[in-house]
Amino acid sequence: MENSTIPVIQTNDLKKTYKIGEVEVHALAGVTITINKGEVVAIMGPSGSGKSTLMNLLGCLDRPTSGRYILDGEEVSELDDDQLAGIRNRKVGFVFQSFNLLSRSSALANVELPMRYAGISKERIQRAAEALESVGLADRMNHKPTELSGGQQQRVAIARALVNHPAILMADEPTGNLDSKSGKEIMDLLLSLNKEHGTTLIIVTHDPAIAAQTQRIIRLKDGLVEEESK
Amino acid sequence: MNLGQAIVEALESLSSNKLRSVLTILGIVIGVGAVIAMLAVGNGAQNTITGSISGIGSNLLFVMSGNTTQELTNIEPLTMDDANALLDQFQAPSVEGVAPVVNGDVTVSAGSESTATYVYGVTTSYEAVRNYHVTEGSFITEDQVLGKASVVLLGPDVAKELFDRTDGLVGETVRIEGQPFKVIGVLESKGGSAFVSQDDVVIVPITTSQARLTRRSNDRIDLIFVQSISADALSQASEEISQILRTRHRTRVGQDDFTILSQQDFVETAKTITNVMTIFLGGIAGISLLVGGIGIMNIMLVSVTERTREIGLRKALGARKKDIMLQFLTESSLLSLFGGVIGIGLGWLISFVVGKIAAASGTALNPVVGLDAILLATIFSTAVGLFFGLYPANRAANLEPVEALRYE
Repeated sequence: MENSTIPVIQTNDLKKTYKIGEVEVHALAGVTITINKGEVVAIMGPSGSGKSTLMNLLGCLDRPTSGRYILDGEEVSELDDDQLAGIRNRKVGFVFQSFNLLSRSSALANVELPMRYAGISKERIQRAAEALESVGLADRMNHKPTELSGGQQQRVAIARALVNHPAILMADEPTGNLDSKSGKEIMDLLLSLNKEHGTTLIIVTHDPAIAAQTQRIIRLKDGLVEEESK
Repeated sequence: MNLGQAIVEALESLSSNKLRSVLTILGIVIGVGAVIAMLAVGNGAQNTITGSISGIGSNLLFVMSGNTTQELTNIEPLTMDDANALLDQFQAPSVEGVAPVVNGDVTVSAGSESTATYVYGVTTSYEAVRNYHVTEGSFITEDQVLGKASVVLLGPDVAKELFDRTDGLVGETVRIEGQPFKVIGVLESKGGSAFVSQDDVVIVPITTSQARLTRRSNDRIDLIFVQSISADALSQASEEISQILRTRHRTRVGQDDFTILSQQDFVETAKTITNVMTIFLGGIAGISLLVGGIGIMNIMLVSVTERTREIGLRKALGARKKDIMLQFLTESSLLSLFGGVIGIGLGWLISFVVGKIAAASGTALNPVVGLDAILLATIFSTAVGLFFGLYPANRAANLEPVEALRYE
């Protein structure tokens, strides 16, 4: 891809330290990575390796203890809570293992939610409907999450993640709660969205089969990047 | 996120947990209902009391012995001569009529029936000054006063108590404190009932009362009713009466040994008393509103805890602190607003029922639900919701997104 050399994520010596009682835990001990626009990257590592922490930092859910993080041309490591909320709203789409849909609301209302926080009101319903169409749920828009299968729920979550046209899509074990057939469908959907729209895709997983479908794997161990492989 | 969307979302959230919402609202409903009902009953009581005092007559002054504001030693009692002196056209041109009275508590009986009531010993002028009318028979005459006649006029309540009727009683005999009196008439009902019913009385000649019932020395009287020539001349008449009595009693300057009250003074006093009563009752009812508010806070805290994950998700999708704050404050305010509106209805209903019960038991109490009470209750209950929602909402808004998303 032509734009694959434009970096969308650049981190420099990213560290995160938690204090549990008197003990300091170095969840990330200095991570320097670059992810280019349109790339599909897997982050792997055993539990306790710091991959969740890295995902939280890359997704702007948390601030690093030290180090720099430039997301889509903006330095975000020093922003306050509300500024980070704005960044998440505009630049990051999240797909969670457990879908995290609002059970009271219809699929359409769930997809509308990020646009509400963005202050978009005019074309909100139309854009939400288009996003649901693009994930193949045009006929399920008014269903509540409980009336949908796991795979369908994850599609709604993907539509929600993409509706504000984010710079990166963070998927945390996106197939972890699905059977293998729906899991494969979701992976195919994510990869096809990447191909069609050039959305940068970061998948946190421990499943080698999932990781094998990506272009690059970043392996973490003890809070450090152990290896980067293509 | 704007307020309209917040309200829609809050309604969705509240309706997804209907029973809990209803129970939470109930606290506010009872609180607001109690406040509204108490204020309404208080207002009604005030209207009844001031209304019946006003019924006494607007151009009437009460002259009594003694002074309520100062401690005085040699107080001269009011006498018949004092009363007659007030009729002086030159010294008291604003005075239209004067009615001296002696009064006391007595027991009146007829056959086997007996009742405790109030006796007024009066002169002939009492009829005009107090605007009393008889439904049958005639008022006390000058001859009866001079002759200390054993005659009596019955108030309608007394007549009903003794004879179960208010007509055909002229010529009957009743016993007052055991002494026989001939009934010469029945008084017209004046209605209203406040501190003292104006219908639960018997009226006898003042001389008869002095000699045989209240046993006062010949000249001494308890009270003088003075009628001014008009309501506007009331203060003028009061001043004239004071001058005459000061001269007659040779009082020192600023040490009047008598008190003059107008009907307006009684109304003011009664208003003060009923206001205190209303505030007191409203205050007690207000406590239940406070308890309702704490109920809202409790439920909102539970709700925040339950929805920690949802809050985390919303934050991940870009909700700022004030968005989360607005969401939870809207919910708690809506809860209490609904409670307030339903509570107003409940308060109205209670007032209505109290009015019906009072009417059925013969008490003229008409509770009034004022617009000010409704406004006050609505604003106050919403404020309660806002105030008690503040802490839970703030707690929700300050959740860390990472922690909240991880919450099970």
